[in-house]
Amino acid sequence: MRRDVFQAIADPTRRAIIALIAMQAMTPNALAEHFDTTRQAVSKHLKILTECELVRQEHQGREIYYSLEVQKMKEIDEWMEQYRKIWETRFEQLGEVLKVMKKLKK
Amino acid sequence: MEFIVDKATKTVSITTEFNAERDLVWDAYTKPELLDQWWAPKPWASRTKVMEFRVGGRRFYAMVSPDGQQRWSIQEYKSITPKTNFKLFNAFADADENPELPGSDWDLNFSEQDGKTKVHISIYNESLERLERMVAMGFKEGIAATHEHLKELLAKLSRANETKQ
Repeated sequence: MRRDVFQAIADPTRRAIIALIAMQAMTPNALAEHFDTTRQAVSKHLKILTECELVRQEHQGREIYYSLEVQKMKEIDEWMEQYRKIWETRFEQLGEVLKVMKKLKK
Repeated sequence: MEFIVDKATKTVSITTEFNAERDLVWDAYTKPELLDQWWAPKPWASRTKVMEFRVGGRRFYAMVSPDGQQRWSIQEYKSITPKTNFKLFNAFADADENPELPGSDWDLNFSEQDGKTKVHISIYNESLERLERMVAMGFKEGIAATHEHLKELLAKLSRANETKQ
């Protein structure tokens, strides 16, 4: 099931997990030590993040290490910010056009 | 400008206010010669090839980059309540006017108070991927993926989420 990336980052624990694994790849156990939740809860969050393709898993022996898909995070940031900017620029330009139209009307 | 991405309803909503009466703002949105003056964020230019502002009519236009690249789109008008509201279906297209689906549904509202006009636009997208593409369309600028940047990004995303809750 492919989830919505915004759902992934809507949760504060998941945002904290992202910040932690951005520094280095970590196992669910190591991650759980940073939170007041169970390992199961952390695993559930990791599952959602994986489904959103925000994290990737790497097997090393018996352990699974999770690391961040930085590219995916960059993409989310870019489109949100750029889309907002497009509209901002557009409206600035419209403001100028309206000024001219007002003058012409007088 | 207020800009809210609501993922639950797959809608981007944009609200802004102009220091001009509604008639002027309405014209700026519905007349091709005016639209082309502001629709494309600089340095891109908007060039409307065809525009029939009536229900069932369409605007076929290109965003033209400084080096001459053209990105075509079609906007089909679904309903019009003069000076108050219009709805359109927006889709990317090729130069021969073949739409690339899925597109997005736009709802534009205009209201005036004390000589100022408020414009509220809501854009419904069937898929996030489409929204991503909309932006990938030549407006990207490089962003370094440093950890510092990531922290800022998370703070921002978290604020964006709070805004819409």
